[in-house]
Amino acid sequence: PPSQAALSQHGLSLQMRGSRSKTLHDRALVNCQYSMATFSTGERKRRPHGDRKSNEMTQHLKQTFEAAILTQLYPRSQIDIYVQILQADGGNYCACVNAATLAVIDAGIPMRDYVCASSAGFIEDTPLADLNYVEEAAGGPQVALALLPKSDQIALLEMNSRLHEDHLESVIEAASKACKDVYAVLDQVVREHLQEVTTLLGE
Amino acid sequence: MAAMEVRLPVARKRVAQSLALAAGESNKHLVAPGDIITTDTGYMRGHGTYMGEEKLIASVAGVVERVNKLICVKALKTRYNGEVGDIVVGRITEVQQKRWKVETNSRLDSVLLLSSMNLPGGELRRRSAEDELAMRDYLKEGDLISAEVQAVFSDGAVSLHTRSLKYGKLGQGVLVQVSPSLIKRQKTHFHDLPCGASVILGNNGFIWIYPTPEQKEEEAGGFVTNLEPVSLPDREVISLLRNCIMALVSQKLILYDTSILYCYEASLSHQIKDILKPEVMEEIVLETRQRLLELEG
Repeated sequence: PPSQAALSQHGLSLQMRGSRSKTLHDRALVNCQYSMATFSTGERKRRPHGDRKSNEMTQHLKQTFEAAILTQLYPRSQIDIYVQILQADGGNYCACVNAATLAVIDAGIPMRDYVCASSAGFIEDTPLADLNYVEEAAGGPQVALALLPKSDQIALLEMNSRLHEDHLESVIEAASKACKDVYAVLDQVVREHLQEVTTLLGE
Repeated sequence: MAAMEVRLPVARKRVAQSLALAAGESNKHLVAPGDIITTDTGYMRGHGTYMGEEKLIASVAGVVERVNKLICVKALKTRYNGEVGDIVVGRITEVQQKRWKVETNSRLDSVLLLSSMNLPGGELRRRSAEDELAMRDYLKEGDLISAEVQAVFSDGAVSLHTRSLKYGKLGQGVLVQVSPSLIKRQKTHFHDLPCGASVILGNNGFIWIYPTPEQKEEEAGGFVTNLEPVSLPDREVISLLRNCIMALVSQKLILYDTSILYCYEASLSHQIKDILKPEVMEEIVLETRQRLLELEG
């Protein structure tokens, strides 16, 4: 599958802030914010707050991470995850999820498992994993899948149009294969970092 | 016209890989979220782990620590977990009835009760309604304080006190925020360094660098901030120390008075602004590391 890329900047904090009314007394509140830099797409566009697509994406990210983070450990706190797309080449949601997973792990916030995401499409009778911008723009059916790879649980599954039931399985299969490949890469980076920091600290 | 330096970002080399290979495979048990630590049910579940299908699974990336039957995973970086007696540096975020809310890098805001501080003047007396009204005169939003942890509540929130002349409002200086795991626990966290500045190494990872006050007694417990301009040499020392701490943090060296002082001495041959260049940071921290190893013998 071709490239996608779209990296993000993220702020992450664990703190009770702002409106007291939203505070949850039995678990932490996950607050996500998704945005796109003006220069991220081919056409320069200003997107003021409240862009519908961004709001939807924000909701999806929130659902994904509520499923993965052990929120019940931190009552009355709030976890903020801010992601911004710097270069949109397709697979924005997936790039956000993968980047935010690394950020959450780095911050030492307990999670059930990594969350890895990938998209998949169905073009000319072939399931296609990890769509790039051109493939996304072609307008075929598209599936976004966020997976907890070790337990094979699905954190989020979303499809944007109709797809024949017979093909669904092969498309999801392609997406989850891609998720596991992403997991292998993320896991390697996390372990290298762990190794490095513990050796440096251990001296 | 002066030449301008242009720097292009590249992927950073992993420093420790060569170190780790040289030292052989480390015997530490490292885990990432979702890793199964053990399938033996005889163990107890500690921080950083959870039970799933009769297996003990890690929930953070870090080092596995075993104490008898208890298994914990210690993450590399976390927010500050308060312990009674810790010295912290914090920022006032809110003034409430009889209490201040203080941001201390903890998961929940800490509280400083009006009754757990010495009022200006130092004498002990009952807190009256006038004191309550004048709270904002003592400390207002945005002020920095140093304090000690008095109690930790069941939800992890921390209650502070400033009932000693050592603690109180902080005046002019520089705040550096680092990970709490990099601060070494010591008998004292207030240090007057021989280079002309003082540091408070808060257990919560907030470090306050300030010019060493001239007369201690008068300054103590004060709510009157000294607004005399700080002299240029003092400011230079403070900036240099700040950059040294950033360098030590980037190379994950534990922070305490000796490591900071050695790093300061190693950095003297460089210009203050150059210390933040990655290659200079690496060089001075390596020198610091070696001197610390020699000191340990």
